[in-house]
Amino acid sequence: MNPAADFYRDAFARVATTLPGSELPWLRRGREAGLAFFAEAGFPTLRQEDWKYTSVAAIEKSRFMPPPPTANGVAPGLIDAWGLAGTQRLVFVNGRYQPRWSNIDPLPGGVTLASLAEVLERDPQRLEGVLGVLPAGYPSGFAALNQAFFSDGVYLDLAAGVALETPVHLLFVTTEAGLALHTRNVVRAEAGSRACLIEHHVALGDGAYLSNTATDLVVGQDAEVEHLKLQQESLKAFHVAALDVDQQQGSRFVSRSFALGGGLARVDIRVGLNAEHAACTLDGLYMTDGRQHSDHHTRIDHARPYGTSREFYKGVLAGASRAVFNGRVIVQADAQHSDAYQANRNLLLSDNAEIDTKPQLEIYADDVKCSHGATVGQLDPEQVFYLRSRGVGEVDSRTLLTFAFAAEMIGRVDMAPLRARLEKLLLGRLPERVKELV
Amino acid sequence: MLEIRNLHVSINDKPILRGLDLTVRAGEVHAIMGPNGSGKSTLAHVLAGREGYTVTAGEVRYLGRNLLELSPELRAREGIFLAFQYPVEIPGVANIYLLKAAVNALRLHRGEPELDAVDFLALVKDKLRLMGMDTGLLYRSVNEGFSGGEKKRNEILQMAVLEPRLALLDETDSGLDIDALKIVAGGVNAMRSPERAMVLVTHYQRLLNYIVPDQVHVLAQGRIALSGGRELALELENRGYGWVEAAAGQAGGGA
Repeated sequence: MNPAADFYRDAFARVATTLPGSELPWLRRGREAGLAFFAEAGFPTLRQEDWKYTSVAAIEKSRFMPPPPTANGVAPGLIDAWGLAGTQRLVFVNGRYQPRWSNIDPLPGGVTLASLAEVLERDPQRLEGVLGVLPAGYPSGFAALNQAFFSDGVYLDLAAGVALETPVHLLFVTTEAGLALHTRNVVRAEAGSRACLIEHHVALGDGAYLSNTATDLVVGQDAEVEHLKLQQESLKAFHVAALDVDQQQGSRFVSRSFALGGGLARVDIRVGLNAEHAACTLDGLYMTDGRQHSDHHTRIDHARPYGTSREFYKGVLAGASRAVFNGRVIVQADAQHSDAYQANRNLLLSDNAEIDTKPQLEIYADDVKCSHGATVGQLDPEQVFYLRSRGVGEVDSRTLLTFAFAAEMIGRVDMAPLRARLEKLLLGRLPERVKELV
Repeated sequence: MLEIRNLHVSINDKPILRGLDLTVRAGEVHAIMGPNGSGKSTLAHVLAGREGYTVTAGEVRYLGRNLLELSPELRAREGIFLAFQYPVEIPGVANIYLLKAAVNALRLHRGEPELDAVDFLALVKDKLRLMGMDTGLLYRSVNEGFSGGEKKRNEILQMAVLEPRLALLDETDSGLDIDALKIVAGGVNAMRSPERAMVLVTHYQRLLNYIVPDQVHVLAQGRIALSGGRELALELENRGYGWVEAAAGQAGGGA
């Protein structure tokens, strides 16, 4: 029994009847199974290989509380400021769907887009196989707590051949300190369908809270799904996110993760290339300052032949911040003709910043193409001198080069309103003088 | 404009320049020639303010000021321009942003207002034509994926836009074919003016067929061993550097 177990058991007893689907016996059993798993496993510790650089002891000590079932107010103006043009927008405040701030335009036939709570109300059997069990394969204390406490999230189902052209913007807002929020998203893209999701986390104020989110994605045969993520949690927040992707034959999946906020942020992305000719791209940019800690763990499982994976993560670390990149790529014996590439580049802007980067290639097939590389460095003094020799001040030169380093990842985002937002956020970190240059 | 007196420079305690004297007046073009390792590029870099060089003795005055106490950016803003032998690639920073940043840094320093976008673009396009360069190059990252010739042309383009008072050209002819050399030389010649001085650092006299210097200096063993007019360069081409080095060695031994 771990010491946090009693606290969460009590918390669960208080809120269980207010959670969506509480009247469904299978879901109740599923939630209790999550709680039981957590009681056994507890929070991850530094002794676990996957968590050796990221201590979550502060989460355990903080005793964050589940949110009240009714949402606190958020000024609509703020929602609009966070919004992105040309999207279907679903707003979740403190883990609960808010229809009045959301905006879902008429959908093409074959698309179901709703909150999980709505689906559990209307059509619960759609979710029984997904929500009734712990996320398969990789249970952790966070997954177990999510399973027990999840309060809402999105459900997106695309029938075969359907293209949802409008990106889906999932805006998760936290309004106060002290909360433990557990959200869960379920996406099913049937054969030949297409969609783009933007998972976006923001906060009112600068308090400490836990945002523990899990997204479960199935990309059917020849389907295409893009998952864009913008993490702007408060600088004292704990953000723990899991993204599990099951790819079918010929499917394509793209993940782009922009981790800018959070005091401690941990992202786990696990992709299974579970049929032939599946392809995935995982990109990311983490920018940390002060005492921020940002951790990306990726795991790509080439389970079948002719899979392709492309990974490219960049980090910019300032202050006394710390980041972790762990990229695990497994090529199973059966996965001949796999093609995997991984790169991780880091810029350390301060002597006190620290990066732990670790590529992990496990290759059991013999006819494969795999490469990886990681770099950690400061700005290139030749580049700095070149700019200075043209009259640009030293500080401006360094800032301009840092901007250029980070901007490469932003340039890869096709969705224009998100790209513009990211550029603005990046520019917001630059002094006025340099903003005029770019 | 530029007065160098008894300049001694070391890199990692190894003396490179050993008592160099040079005076360059406004309107003049000087060629600094010499064998590899004679300190030509060191001179150019020390004047531009690159780190890693230690001045152990002597002084450099530029427009009456002590040049060596100025940062590289201040030197640039005061009108010194170094055309690099190996221009640096800067992925993610578009050529036009660098030009804009540089032009505005100079104007700010001189107390002039920033150029508006239209005037700036007109200025740059004018100079692009001079250098026979495509507008598309403006929007590419600085020197990234440029051919050797494109990089050198890009250096002269920057020089043309920034209109320095003292231009230092470090081996600008290296790696250029004859057509590119003519374009680069044309760009440089178009900038000759009574207010501007130029120092060309070059190993071969080929460049001097196209940019005719007022004075030619031969650097050997860290100081100027010989100075003369245009004809000195031709003599060096015919006789090589050996005889100058031998003479410098004797002179140095006797000193």
